[in-house]
Amino acid sequence: MYKNVLQAIDNIAIWPVVSLAIFFIFFIVLLWWAFTADKKYINEMSELPFNDKRK
Amino acid sequence: MEIQHFSYDNKIVKAFIIATVTFGLVGMLVGLTAAIQLFYPIFNFDTQYTTFGRIRPLHTNAIIFAFVGNAMFAGVYYSLQRLLKARMFSDTLSWIHFWGWQLIILAAAITLPLGLTTSKEYAELEWPIDIAIAIVWVIFGWNMIGTIFRRRERHMYVAIWFYIATFVTVAVLHIVNSFEMPVTLFKSYSWYAGVQDALVQWWYGHNAVAFFLTTPFLGLMYYFLPKAANRPVYSYRLSIIHFWSLIFIYIWAGPHHLLYTSLPDWAQSLGTVFSIMLIAPSWGGMLNGLMTLRGAWDKVREDPVLKFMVVAITAYGMATLEGPLLSLKNVNAIAHFTDWIVAHVHVGGLGWNGFLIFGILYWVVPKMWATKLYSTRLANVHFWLGTLGIVFYALPMYVSGVVQSLMWKEFNPEGFLVYKNFLETTVQILPLHMLRAIGGGLYLIGAIIMTYNLIKTAYAGNFIANEAAEAAPLTKDYVATSGGWHHRVLEHKPLLFTVLSLIAILIGGILEMVPTFLIKSNVPTIASVKPYTPLEVHGRDIYIREGCSNCHTQMVRPFRSETERYGEYSKAGEYVYDHPFLWGSKRTGPDLHRTNGKYSNAWHYNHMLAPDAVSTGSIMPPYPWLFEQSIDQNLTAGKISALRKVGVPYNDGYEDTANEDLQKQANEIATNLKADGIETSPNAEIVALIAYLQRLGKDIKAEKVAQTNENK
Repeated sequence: MYKNVLQAIDNIAIWPVVSLAIFFIFFIVLLWWAFTADKKYINEMSELPFNDKRK
Repeated sequence: MEIQHFSYDNKIVKAFIIATVTFGLVGMLVGLTAAIQLFYPIFNFDTQYTTFGRIRPLHTNAIIFAFVGNAMFAGVYYSLQRLLKARMFSDTLSWIHFWGWQLIILAAAITLPLGLTTSKEYAELEWPIDIAIAIVWVIFGWNMIGTIFRRRERHMYVAIWFYIATFVTVAVLHIVNSFEMPVTLFKSYSWYAGVQDALVQWWYGHNAVAFFLTTPFLGLMYYFLPKAANRPVYSYRLSIIHFWSLIFIYIWAGPHHLLYTSLPDWAQSLGTVFSIMLIAPSWGGMLNGLMTLRGAWDKVREDPVLKFMVVAITAYGMATLEGPLLSLKNVNAIAHFTDWIVAHVHVGGLGWNGFLIFGILYWVVPKMWATKLYSTRLANVHFWLGTLGIVFYALPMYVSGVVQSLMWKEFNPEGFLVYKNFLETTVQILPLHMLRAIGGGLYLIGAIIMTYNLIKTAYAGNFIANEAAEAAPLTKDYVATSGGWHHRVLEHKPLLFTVLSLIAILIGGILEMVPTFLIKSNVPTIASVKPYTPLEVHGRDIYIREGCSNCHTQMVRPFRSETERYGEYSKAGEYVYDHPFLWGSKRTGPDLHRTNGKYSNAWHYNHMLAPDAVSTGSIMPPYPWLFEQSIDQNLTAGKISALRKVGVPYNDGYEDTANEDLQKQANEIATNLKADGIETSPNAEIVALIAYLQRLGKDIKAEKVAQTNENK
């Protein structure tokens, strides 16, 4: 039933493909972004809650 | 370099803390009342304002929006200023936000007991209040983003990312789910119908949990846990991954609230898959929190703040593992509609939100009053009472859920239901409900002790209304020495960041909902399904007002145990005129979708008047006011017009003659009741309610007759 209904929209088959592509790219970029960050920057960021008085 | 002197606004934090504690106690007390009502119906107090159907939404709204909401704002206002080295953007906006939010809570506390409700869970408030919520929420966001622009710290710490995502997503969720057509000042019909309404509602409902109860508190965890433990978060890299993957995946998982319902199968599967994927970021976040305490576990033994936080984070981990498991269809088949779900949400609510809030309060109050906590001993007592409370709450509810579900599904060797009478399964779990109330009571006593402890602490100290601070302003000629371009891009540009998080959450929402909305026939049309008659519309509105859907579902799932008990399983096409949908999420009583013809009008009449007299042992409260109050026929025209505007095909001009049909149908029911020796005014509310109940499941029977005739 739903298959017929879904087939009625043009190019419905592209939706899952687009979704998968979005996901794949999103996570690759995310992991790349997180792991290429250098250590100094990461340390600086994680210390932020502690320098709320003066810098 | 120039150093600027400024101060942090503690007064607004104090106001939100007072509201948090006050509404926490109120919300828990209302919850305890609701829990007791389920085994001592006398605690419904025989008034229409205090029945379970109205008290339960009051409890959920008070806890989510008043207790947890105010705590979120207190935590955000405290940490945001310090992380950005800036006072809040505008004190005026802060106070408009504070008082606006409290007025909304007041409006909820008045309207919900009055029965003014949309019936959509956690979005029960009617349209004028919805608009007020949107305005106040935007003021909060404006104040927050304004502060970010005035910051003296170049980088935005990960906590702030969570706050931004919270603001953006809750705004989107609230607006989309609240599309409704006003009938009167306090009555509206949902823009969406049936299956679509259900999908939108649970996209909202699920993400209200995600973006109101989870993301802001993860932000608070990333700030207050390192502060309390006095060491940085275990892995900042992990927190980056945690943030983006969590907000990206969470938004897709809503349909797991609708497994085995009439929602299209592909959408159900999507919900399941994304729910399973959610384990990864959730546990990443939990481990990041717990690992922050590595080498500091000796402190956990002594410091009640850390104790509360450790249990909170553990509860977060348990709830976020359990959630995905409940999203598996085979587990869901057992757990859905039972107390298991109640246990699940309370592990999250009492454990994660409650305990994190307590931990933060014990840490922040002594800081703001420049003193020490009045009594560590009392805080420890609170910790143990609270922990025991959670255990005594959750365990009986788990047992109760499984016991009842298995009873619903049990067949004897002859192939008949063993517990054909639903009530037998209700009576069986009452002792467990009593235990649950004890658990809730312990938790509440703990919170009262905390209140005393915090008040004593405040009196012993001196409140610092404006905490002096100093920092250098940001310079325009900043050159990043580390991190690379891709980090600069995001963390120095709050607006871009906000837009990106908006996109991240919109992708899921759009890909999930557009197919459902594009295709009208996603809801297979059933020819015999007709719009409700005017009297039934009135009856349905009474059903909504009394909160019947808090205990009764209208969704027979396609299991033999359910078709055997209730009748034909529910089809998507049956709900096309249901604005709003009334599927419900919990079966404290039996499903009502196949009520038509099951009982006589007289049975319903007597049952609503004295449920216990008709079904011995019933825990349903009586509804005597339905017999005294009359429906307002002046509203009929408005209701019909509003429903037509949202797509119900009443003929043009029908609103002018609708009351004639209404009167005719009401007279028929009154005459029918008279035959059974019951005298009633045809205009009494009970007549309209009976008309509605007798309609449920009627159309699908007509379809069967039509099909049989065709086959002949």
